[in-house]
Amino acid sequence: MSAPAVPDALRIENLDVMYRVRGQERSVLRNLNLRIGAGETYGLVGESGCGKSTAALAVMRYLPRNGRIGGGHVLIDGEDLYGLSQTGLRQLRQTRLSMVYQDPGRALNPAITVGAQLAEVFTVAGAYSADADKRAVAMLRHVRITDPERVMGRYPHQLSGGMLQRTVIAMALAVDRKLIILDEPTTGLDATVEAEVLDLIDTLRREHGTAILFIGHNLAVIARMCERVGVLYGGLLVEEAPTRELFAAPRHPYTVGLLRCLPRLGLDRKLRRLDTIPGFPPSGAVELQGCIFANRCGLVRDRCRTEPPALSALGGGRSSRCFFHEEAGDLPRVTPPDPVEHVPPGEEHPLLVVESLGKTFGSGSHSVHALRDISFTIARGETVGLVGESGSGKSTLARILLGLERADPGSRIAFEANRRGGTQARHAIQMVFQNPDSALNRSHRVGRILRRALVRLGGLRGEILRGRLLALSRGVQLADSYLQAKPRQLSGGLKQRVAIARAFAGAPQLVVCDEPTSALDVSVQAAILNLLGDLQAAERVSYLFISHDLSVIRYVADRIAVLYLGRLLEIGPAESVFQGPHHPYTEALLSATPAPDGTLRRVKLSGAPPSAMSPPKGCVFHTRCPRHIGPICDTEEPALSERGGGHGIRCHLGSDDLGRAQVDQSSAA
Amino acid sequence: MKLSARGGADDRSLAQETSTLSFLIRRLLLSLVTLGVLSILVFAGGQLLPGDVGRSILGPLADERAVAALNHQLGTDRSLTVQYLDWISHFVRGDMSTSYAFRSPVAPFVGAALANSLKLAAVAFVIVVPLGIAGGVLAAMKRGTATDRIITITGLSATVIPEFVSGIILILLFGIGLRLFPMTATAPPGSGVLTGIYYLLLPSFPLVFLLFGYIARMARAGTIEALDSDYTRTAVLKGLPWRLVIWRHVLRNALLPTITVVASQAGYMIGGLVVIETLFRYQGIGSLIYTAARGHDFPMLEAGVLVVGLVYVAVTLAADLAYTALNPRLRGALR
Ligand code: SF4
Ligand code: SF4
Repeated sequence: MSAPAVPDALRIENLDVMYRVRGQERSVLRNLNLRIGAGETYGLVGESGCGKSTAALAVMRYLPRNGRIGGGHVLIDGEDLYGLSQTGLRQLRQTRLSMVYQDPGRALNPAITVGAQLAEVFTVAGAYSADADKRAVAMLRHVRITDPERVMGRYPHQLSGGMLQRTVIAMALAVDRKLIILDEPTTGLDATVEAEVLDLIDTLRREHGTAILFIGHNLAVIARMCERVGVLYGGLLVEEAPTRELFAAPRHPYTVGLLRCLPRLGLDRKLRRLDTIPGFPPSGAVELQGCIFANRCGLVRDRCRTEPPALSALGGGRSSRCFFHEEAGDLPRVTPPDPVEHVPPGEEHPLLVVESLGKTFGSGSHSVHALRDISFTIARGETVGLVGESGSGKSTLARILLGLERADPGSRIAFEANRRGGTQARHAIQMVFQNPDSALNRSHRVGRILRRALVRLGGLRGEILRGRLLALSRGVQLADSYLQAKPRQLSGGLKQRVAIARAFAGAPQLVVCDEPTSALDVSVQAAILNLLGDLQAAERVSYLFISHDLSVIRYVADRIAVLYLGRLLEIGPAESVFQGPHHPYTEALLSATPAPDGTLRRVKLSGAPPSAMSPPKGCVFHTRCPRHIGPICDTEEPALSERGGGHGIRCHLGSDDLGRAQVDQSSAA
Repeated sequence: MKLSARGGADDRSLAQETSTLSFLIRRLLLSLVTLGVLSILVFAGGQLLPGDVGRSILGPLADERAVAALNHQLGTDRSLTVQYLDWISHFVRGDMSTSYAFRSPVAPFVGAALANSLKLAAVAFVIVVPLGIAGGVLAAMKRGTATDRIITITGLSATVIPEFVSGIILILLFGIGLRLFPMTATAPPGSGVLTGIYYLLLPSFPLVFLLFGYIARMARAGTIEALDSDYTRTAVLKGLPWRLVIWRHVLRNALLPTITVVASQAGYMIGGLVVIETLFRYQGIGSLIYTAARGHDFPMLEAGVLVVGLVYVAVTLAADLAYTALNPRLRGALR
């Protein structure tokens, strides 16, 4: 091969990376080969532990202390990264290579002003400090931070998450780089903020002609941002293809499985259970016997167990590490598609009625309405999805329902079980958290945790208790042997199962699920969502399901409520909320969620979300509303008005003027 | 932690500033209460334990009337509350009453002793703080190597040696054996500042030993945390030279917690002073308290202990202020 005229932004050749963990070598990346052309965007996807972040760190030459390169080369803009001297490496980082990673709040030094940290990028490249300051201000303006001079003098803790991530991006782009690595740059940001940051990255990339290595677990985001995609599994690249082709017709069983786990828009728990991937990811043993995916693969044959498949080119820039890649699309389902028979939500008296609920913090002129005029019902066996960004008041609402916080006088919360009274009422509402650790006592074994819950919530003892314990843990598909384990010995998905089992110990009637899957990998998320669906069908429990992921909400919810700055902006049956008419805010939220094939119609929101401490007068959304109709929006708060079929929208606009879904969402899948 | 993308950063930092200020005020009030309680305890200890003060001064053979007269003269025949209020109201005005042993005002003695002790403490601090921090930072940067282990183990073992042991060993080794240092801490009258410091070097070593381990351990932990942080990674990946990464990004965050530890050691140090000052025959507050206790000189004892308490409270408060001033999250409160 002759040397190309413009060197590739990144070339990884036969890269092996190992970690030493408790005295043992473990392979994290195996024989990785990858190239990203100048100005190209490449996405690297995979679930936790697949080695994607290690790949990023190896490309930055910043492996953790216990990591080492076992072999291979990394070429950046034609230069051998690991052959560089310290000075050469510094120069490379100053001018040609940079990285943005998750959690911008920690990426910036808390003791130094944002401006000084940004200006450093210029001074280190040789600019005088006055000049560096000027360029830093320009850069902040470039990433659309309003009033950059003021922001320069601020410390990181004084800025919001979105602002921080834009600052970090400004830092990465300050000098025209050849390659930027983005490692989950929007994880943890609110949906509308995430959309904004992604837009920004996209625009800046085009302007500067920078190549991007985009690392993430969110397939939809990757699909939106990248031209080509590589799928990592157990440290091996198992498939690589142009984005469109990969998502349309994956050629590796793992990729097929991953895509099937996604609750795509248009899918509904009552129609179809999600497929899952059985088993667990590999542990990283150095020697490989056969195909790394063999013990989880539905197409496995004898050959797969003895001979490791090579990454073979399939033409059209595609390659797959599977002997039977033509059959990948026929991968048998692991989970039967038909859901357990669902009893439709009860028509009888609703389980929970909330009327004009309000919550005010503080008093007098300092009072803040964290929640205002919230009314909704939850029927028996129904799932109400609650969508809201940070500051919307969704956690306060959950806390009030759980009885951890008091609502303002005048609010009415009627819970069916309350009427029967007694201790049962308290136990009838349970909660499942995003982080199962907070709910599980770390020093107790799983069996003990569940037994205590059964004793406390169900008042059981003796033989019945034992029987119920086994039924409970099997009900959440937890192998009996895990009853002897402590929570820290379990994976995130298993811990969440224990937390769910614990919530179900007292046969609750309403379970508040607060982002129960947002910390989990998609394959684990699918299993948990199926589990929640099965439990609901079996026990006729109701859910209040809080999530920022609209495709998850769409999949689980019968009705959807949209909360913004403590006001219910929209509530209605899931189909109506997705089909429209939409509240302008819902419309923006929906458009901020890319479909897994990368299509996206954006309604852009201007400005940052206002502070929950001082919500705007009039319509709370008027400061960002793209459909703002005039002074009435600024002065008069609209009522939640009925738009037919139990669909309420809080907006001055008439139904005909509100947005609707333009494409049938289900055909996008 | 899930990051919120709220625009309410201004409100939040405002709330934080008020809470920091009220924290500092509460801290100050608490210190005053502590001092009040200390004064009562000290007073109670001084007046109650000895029983009859006149008797304990004049001895068992003295005449009953002479004892009564002395008690009347000293005011020790009045009610305890009256005595306490009288004593404390004079004390806050700087009048620390009269020494039984010297029959003259206590204040000048306490003042001179305090000045001497502060000199000794200052010498020790000037040596140990940079040494401890440098040792800790070096250990952190060479984490896991022999250098790290040597520094850590040296620090640990030095900390557990009681000061009278290290003091005696030092005297034997350097004072008597090598004759490098004088065996007493007090410079001959009329000698200059440098000579004064020279005389204080040997006595300050036990204190240095005592504190080095603590400071180094804190500095090491803080530095390791900062080195492993995401912001240090950001700084390195910017292409900053290592020297700047350490100076600008690592040390600032790493040493903040060390400040509080250094201050809290000040109290510990005063305990050490009693032994060292006695050992090296140095007229400091420690030996003053010791002598006063042995000689039943209660006004002197009370004044000495209370002054030590005052110094301790002042140092702790100063450390809180310094911490607040250096931490941008809290700084607003001081403006
Ligand atoms: S090689 Fe065999 S085990 Fe591996 S992915 Fe292909 S079919 Fe499955
Ligand atoms: S009331 Fe006005 S500002 Fe509020 S959502 Fe409707 S159009 Fe927008």
